[in-house]
Amino acid sequence: MHQGRGYLPPIELRSGSPIWTNLFTLYGANIMGERKVRYLSLEEGGFSLLLLAAAIFCLVIAGKTWDQVLAFHTALIALASLTGIFFIFRRYFDGNNTPAPLEINGKPNYNMGPVKFTTWAAVFWGIAGFLVGVIIASQLAFPALNFDLPWINFGRLRPLHTSAVIFAFGGNVLIASSFYVVQRTCQARLPGTIAPWFVVLGYNLFIVVAGTGYLLGVTQGKEYAEPEWYADWLLTVVWVAYLLTFLGSIWRRKESHIYVANWFYLAFIVTIAVLHLFNNASVPVSIYSSKSYIVWSGVQDAMVQWWYGHNAVGFFLTAGFLAIMYYFIPKRAERPVYSYRLSIVHFWALIFIYIWAGPHHLHYTSLPQWASTLGMTFSIILWMPSWGGMINGLMTLSGAWDKLRTDPVLRMMVVSVAFYGMATFEGPLMSIRAVNGLSHYTDWTIGHVHAGALGWVGYISFGALYCLVPWLYNKKSLYSLRLVNWHFWISTLGIVFYICAMWVSGIMQGLMWRAYDSLGFLEYSFIETVDAMYPFYVMRAFGGLLFLAGAIIMAYNLVMTVRVGEEVESEAAGQPALAPAE
Amino acid sequence: MAEHKKEIDQVTGVETTGHEWDGLKELNHPLPKWWLYMFYGSIVWAVIYWILMPSWPLVNGYTKGLLDYSQRAVVTEEFNAAAAERAETGKMLLEASLDEIQNTPELLEYAMAQGKVAFGDNCAACHGVGATGFEGYPNLQDDSWIWGGDLETLATTIAYGVRADNDETRYAEMPAFGRDELLEKEQIVQVANYVGSLAGIPTQDGVDLEAGKVVYEENCAACHMDNGKGDMEMGAPNLTAPNYLYDRSIKGIEAQINTPRHGVMPAWIDRLGETTVKSLAVYVHSRGGGQ
Repeated sequence: MHQGRGYLPPIELRSGSPIWTNLFTLYGANIMGERKVRYLSLEEGGFSLLLLAAAIFCLVIAGKTWDQVLAFHTALIALASLTGIFFIFRRYFDGNNTPAPLEINGKPNYNMGPVKFTTWAAVFWGIAGFLVGVIIASQLAFPALNFDLPWINFGRLRPLHTSAVIFAFGGNVLIASSFYVVQRTCQARLPGTIAPWFVVLGYNLFIVVAGTGYLLGVTQGKEYAEPEWYADWLLTVVWVAYLLTFLGSIWRRKESHIYVANWFYLAFIVTIAVLHLFNNASVPVSIYSSKSYIVWSGVQDAMVQWWYGHNAVGFFLTAGFLAIMYYFIPKRAERPVYSYRLSIVHFWALIFIYIWAGPHHLHYTSLPQWASTLGMTFSIILWMPSWGGMINGLMTLSGAWDKLRTDPVLRMMVVSVAFYGMATFEGPLMSIRAVNGLSHYTDWTIGHVHAGALGWVGYISFGALYCLVPWLYNKKSLYSLRLVNWHFWISTLGIVFYICAMWVSGIMQGLMWRAYDSLGFLEYSFIETVDAMYPFYVMRAFGGLLFLAGAIIMAYNLVMTVRVGEEVESEAAGQPALAPAE
Repeated sequence: MAEHKKEIDQVTGVETTGHEWDGLKELNHPLPKWWLYMFYGSIVWAVIYWILMPSWPLVNGYTKGLLDYSQRAVVTEEFNAAAAERAETGKMLLEASLDEIQNTPELLEYAMAQGKVAFGDNCAACHGVGATGFEGYPNLQDDSWIWGGDLETLATTIAYGVRADNDETRYAEMPAFGRDELLEKEQIVQVANYVGSLAGIPTQDGVDLEAGKVVYEENCAACHMDNGKGDMEMGAPNLTAPNYLYDRSIKGIEAQINTPRHGVMPAWIDRLGETTVKSLAVYVHSRGGGQ
């Protein structure tokens, strides 16, 4: 093969060969010798055109807009697009753009580069997101920490925290694990060469655009859907590529049945696409302005927003992470999944029922009561389908419970499933109108969300990352299981601090708001209820700090695993053949 | 496509489905009975709830439910009940004079309970939870008042505000002596030091206080009075008070003479109503500075 490193292959004059063959060499195609004619593949050409169109579109906006943030963001997207084109053509002119073989010696040749990238991106964004969480928790306890600076005040950092942990950390874990799992369980390489990289880089570019936008004051003011129209468009294109790439591997699968984890991944990808499109249906004030207005209005907008919001929980933070559970727990425990029947029933029940539950976020508002009733009743029906996933996760350990003593990674994942069970019991409870009358708008909601976020999503993600890194880098085991133990206990303590503080403060807050004196006046003014939160806010910030400390220990452990971990002989590519639990 | 056979798992004795993915297999345990019955139970409960309560949308309207329950009707009912409960004492409060309220234990208890929470939710943001104020926001606990601290005056100030968007609002404006070049810079320094001497603030060395006195008498005394004690009728602050609304220093006085700041307090009468304003006046009066 041709090994030149320049942007154009070196001209090799061959005696006796007509000059046109050498001219051909100049253009990267040599018909002489064993080399074959190289064409720009359809994929390379297509992505080049897409990126070029994006770059031109963005450069026009960047040049003509009066909106400084939009100019910055479009210039950034244009720069990224042009860099992408540069790399596509460099590969082409370097002559190493021949597609990787799908199989080597009859074994699938997995594409783990994008998985590695998103794994580290998840570690990075996780720590960043947890750190911002600790900062905003501290700001609530000590408002002076806002420093009177607009860029770092609570209002801008709060969406930065939620987006960083949900979409940046959670999203990268989902992309990493889905690309890993779909390849392994289908025994098929991801389709394309550019597409998987387009997905992972494009997704992280979206994160950067969204996050810097919040800090600079750009938001459409919809919770968990704050990015403005141009960032939404970027995500839409990336998400379509993600769906197609994922489906491509499923299409090539060796086992005729599709593994349960892949059903959940697919449900997550498809539903998030639909939710994203409906909730972000907005019209920009001008193509040169970062501001847009949502086409829905009033209570319809609220309903669409919470239909989106609740299903971001249901399909992003639940279905996607159940997929992780369904691969990583049986793999780590080396046990078969408990019940195929249960997985089918709870999968279909979960995705059918979740989609109805959104109105429970709008009890006692201008939303008509009938809609609120439906949201509440479907939330109650959702209890058992959610627990079906918990049962399947926990019972998979039957015959392997002893491993919880020796394998802190498995313990982390099992505790995660327990938190899932707890949060999915608490959720239906809080959706009951009478309970919601007390809990709504209080810290109880925050506590509930974090039981799910820190306990369930966080722990199952940490478990997956602890499994993935040694597998991806052909290491015998993690650098240190003792450090995993430290991570587990420190962060568990953090979660306990966090959710206990929020339960107490939330219920207290709810009771204080509705307390009347004997004359029928409110017992407490609002500011008194805020004042009463102070000790719990301090406790919550401390819990968050412990959780962050745990994640930093994890990052160190993962880096050291790659740097000094003992190598094992790789299977065809990717994961070692051995038992992961030591 | 790979071919696999169903096998019996040795640990549980349950059959697998016969599929295998990357070494992963699935057992075919039946659905746990308790799980299934609770699932059915929740569906039955939901159906009963739908029959009883407003639930499913129709082409025009929605199913009202057998109980004919409406959260809107319930809240209206509760609201009216609460209003009726309060109406009796509230009416007495409305009819009583402020002095009567203060001297009738039953009315005073009512006014204080209402005033406390109304103060916390409406006034505390500027005047502080303890009514001690901040720079630019008057302290309501001390003896120095701009417009007066007796019950009637307090009620008027609360009802109509200061420089507020209301025809009855209290209004006072001090000229911008420096910005509008009504006084020389040197004169401002002189008069600021003279005011400082009235208030007991250490004056600057080498400033002609006699000249300052002349400037004061010609420009300031009309509102702030010869002795600097101000005039609450006009809303002219007492310059000898131990607390100032803004910076209590020679520099601060100079700044105020140069370009005075004019704070705004909203008129609360339309938002809170007469009863609450009365209760607030009684409550604020009891904070320690009432006259």
